Amino acid sequence: MKPLLEIKNITMKFGSLVANEDISFTVHENEIVSLIGPNGAGKTTLFNCITGFYRPFSGKVIYNGKDITRMTSYQICKLGITRTFQIVKTLNEMTVEENVMTGAFLHTNSRKKAEEIAKETLELTGLMPKKNVLGANLTIADRKRVEIARALATNPRILMLDECMAGLNQTEIKEVMDLCLKLKEKGLSLLIVEHIMEAIMPISDKVVVLNAGKKITEGNPQDVVNNDEVIKAYLGERYHAKSKKS
Amino acid sequence: MKYRRAEDSPLFTKLKGEEHMIIAQIIANGILMGFIYALVSVGLTLIWGVMDIINFAHGEFLMISMYTAFWMFSLFAMDPLIALPICTILIFVIGVLTYLGIIRRVINAPGLTALLATFGLSMFLKNLAQFLWTPNFRYINNSMVSGKTIELGSIVIGVSQVVAAVASIILTVAVMLFIDRTRTGKAIQATALNKNTALLMGINTKKIYAITFGLSGACVGAAGALMATFFPIYPASGALYSVLAFVSVAMGGFGNIKGALFGGLIIGLAEALGGYMLGTQFKYAIVFLIYLIVIQVRPKGLFGW
Amino acid sequence: MVKNKKILFIIIAILALIPIITRTKAVLNAIILLLIFATLGEAWNIITGFAGQTSFGHAAFFGIGAYTSTIVFYRYNITPWVGLILGGIIAAVVAAIMSYPCFKLKGHYFAVATLAVAEIIKQIFVSWDYVEGATGISLPIIQRSSGFAKRLFYLQFNEKIPWVYICLVLFTAVILLCSYLENSKMGYYLKAIRESHEVAESIGINPTNYKLYAMLISAFISAICGSMYAQYILYIDPFMIFSLDISMKIVLLTVLGGVGNVFGPIIGASIFIPLSEFTRIKLGGSGTGVDLMIYGLLIILITCYQPKGVIGIVQKLTEKSKKTNVGGEGKIEATSGN
Repeated sequence: MKPLLEIKNITMKFGSLVANEDISFTVHENEIVSLIGPNGAGKTTLFNCITGFYRPFSGKVIYNGKDITRMTSYQICKLGITRTFQIVKTLNEMTVEENVMTGAFLHTNSRKKAEEIAKETLELTGLMPKKNVLGANLTIADRKRVEIARALATNPRILMLDECMAGLNQTEIKEVMDLCLKLKEKGLSLLIVEHIMEAIMPISDKVVVLNAGKKITEGNPQDVVNNDEVIKAYLGERYHAKSKKS
Repeated sequence: MKYRRAEDSPLFTKLKGEEHMIIAQIIANGILMGFIYALVSVGLTLIWGVMDIINFAHGEFLMISMYTAFWMFSLFAMDPLIALPICTILIFVIGVLTYLGIIRRVINAPGLTALLATFGLSMFLKNLAQFLWTPNFRYINNSMVSGKTIELGSIVIGVSQVVAAVASIILTVAVMLFIDRTRTGKAIQATALNKNTALLMGINTKKIYAITFGLSGACVGAAGALMATFFPIYPASGALYSVLAFVSVAMGGFGNIKGALFGGLIIGLAEALGGYMLGTQFKYAIVFLIYLIVIQVRPKGLFGW
Repeated sequence: MVKNKKILFIIIAILALIPIITRTKAVLNAIILLLIFATLGEAWNIITGFAGQTSFGHAAFFGIGAYTSTIVFYRYNITPWVGLILGGIIAAVVAAIMSYPCFKLKGHYFAVATLAVAEIIKQIFVSWDYVEGATGISLPIIQRSSGFAKRLFYLQFNEKIPWVYICLVLFTAVILLCSYLENSKMGYYLKAIRESHEVAESIGINPTNYKLYAMLISAFISAICGSMYAQYILYIDPFMIFSLDISMKIVLLTVLGGVGNVFGPIIGASIFIPLSEFTRIKLGGSGTGVDLMIYGLLIILITCYQPKGVIGIVQKLTEKSKKTNVGGEGKIEATSGN
């Protein structure tokens, strides 16, 4: 099967700092792919390269057979890839419903249609009871939800979530996990950057591991957790050696 | 170097020499003027950088300082250069009072409210001056420095401009050193970067705001005394300079003192050269045009981050 | 929406009734200026209130409108109605030329750029002989005995009442357009851009294009206000029409009325225009500047004690009972009647 999104040899540099080096992987239709790695591994930079917020130094991003590397972020969104932000950017002076409606206007000019889409999305994300609350007055968990809902309202084929679980409690994490699975059922593909292993491993179809700007490995969650390189990257060389001995 | 009366050799006369001499003359005038603009702009950029407020009354502070110099001169026969410390301290106090009386109340208000408060103040001060001292133009034409000129080769420059420019350079450098070297200056920088963090670090940000406003006033107060020696004094005399200072501050990068210095110089030069090449009626148009061009290349000003 | 329409209807009804209650020239004059500036405020609100791009240069569009209709009438004897549309189009073109490169500037850098453009345009008009330069233009007066149709055609009237209604129609049209915009896709997109450029881009909005549309509409409306103003006062010169004071007056009344709200400009104008007219009539004329001094002082007081704009109070009151808003307007009427 042809992949929906293909990341081909992406390299991104900031001056002499190489944030992403020669990274390649694919996302298939109806698949949850998670991107993990220690802090500073270059996950968010890669997100920015894929969604047109940065122009990669070299490499290509192919979506649905089309080269989108040089496109602007709004063009990419129109094609069907929508991302959220790690540092949530709620539209503060707008209510939850208005936040979501702004996303819903992408494929329609009619306010009525946008309201319908927003209603659906709000129900799906459990934000309905808070639809009239101003963005500025939301808790962090709700902000993250709004972030997802607003992106979802653009009706993407690939939803890219950047650490949407960080700072949430157990129940809230569970809710986001359920939401991700629900979205997969609806036919979406998800590309998720996440730190919380116990949340991400059970729902991922594929895990891509980055460290210091490079891809160390990729595979199904089970294989990845047992991979030597991954254990080294996460726990350090010494711990790795110790665990091998015992 | 020899001194002559200005009547013998008017400042802007095109000398009989070649054109490059005229250009040199104009550049000299532009640079001298530029340093004074720089001092005015430094005052404005301080407030802008620290509090993120555009002080529309900045030009009116300048005007009050010029009037102070004028009255000191005509009532007590005090030369503007001697009255300079008085003007500086007076406008420092006015600056602090402006903060305490007005800015303190609007600084946390949304959007443009603080700016409008200073706009109201500017309107009030301009018309207060008109009410008290009539709209007539006034001049200080026999101070220590006015009317005298220096000849450097074929370039003739006014002593008052030279004195004003030199004093401006000294004061600008003094402000820079103050901000860079002293404890208070460091506190001002910290407040500019992040008010809340500064507050957490034990900096009394309200005091810093008051000092910044005062310091800004002191800059423009000194500039006013210097400019009073060769510019007409009238209620609207400050308005033009506040607009020019906005442009020079924006050109340099908001809150950046070095930027304000260069911004001032560029504006002085642009005004002088533009006025010569396109006619004086276009000299400010050139200044604004240069801002628009610079900002295309450096969207956050020459020294902006 | 329904509630807003009621408020709008009440405001317009009150303004429409004023000429029936009183024919005092000063009051009618204040109403006309109030409506012109409220409309300008609406125009400014589109680009600054909705889209978050602070403009300190709206006098440029206002002036282009004023000059275009005046010139076509003065030089070619063409009806100002044509000039009015033409002025709108020219202003929109100028807005497009100036804004497109300026839109990559953020915050104050953009604000100063708009100010710079307005100043450049002023300088050009000051030394442009075709538009009579710094002398300004007095509009040719049509015969006093002309019939109403001819007067309407040339937009010159012997009394002020037709002006009240023409400006009221203009204002109503513009405020309806603005509230439509606010609730349409464009309104949502502009607000998203104001709140966060990055979010806007991430959900498929092209910020530059939408800001440009907002600027074009804003400039077009401002120019029409300029034409109306020129026709009303029958004399224009560049210093008066392109002044920073006009730009700031628009900012002032919109911000203090309530920025980003369609009722902000009319509330702000209802307070500030009668106030400035009142101080001017009572205290001005002597040339001492005492009127503007007091006006400046009032601005300081209002900003200090009601920093969130008058709309803040009005919203609080309307939450309690809808009728309080009518009371608020009535008070303003009393002020202008002084």
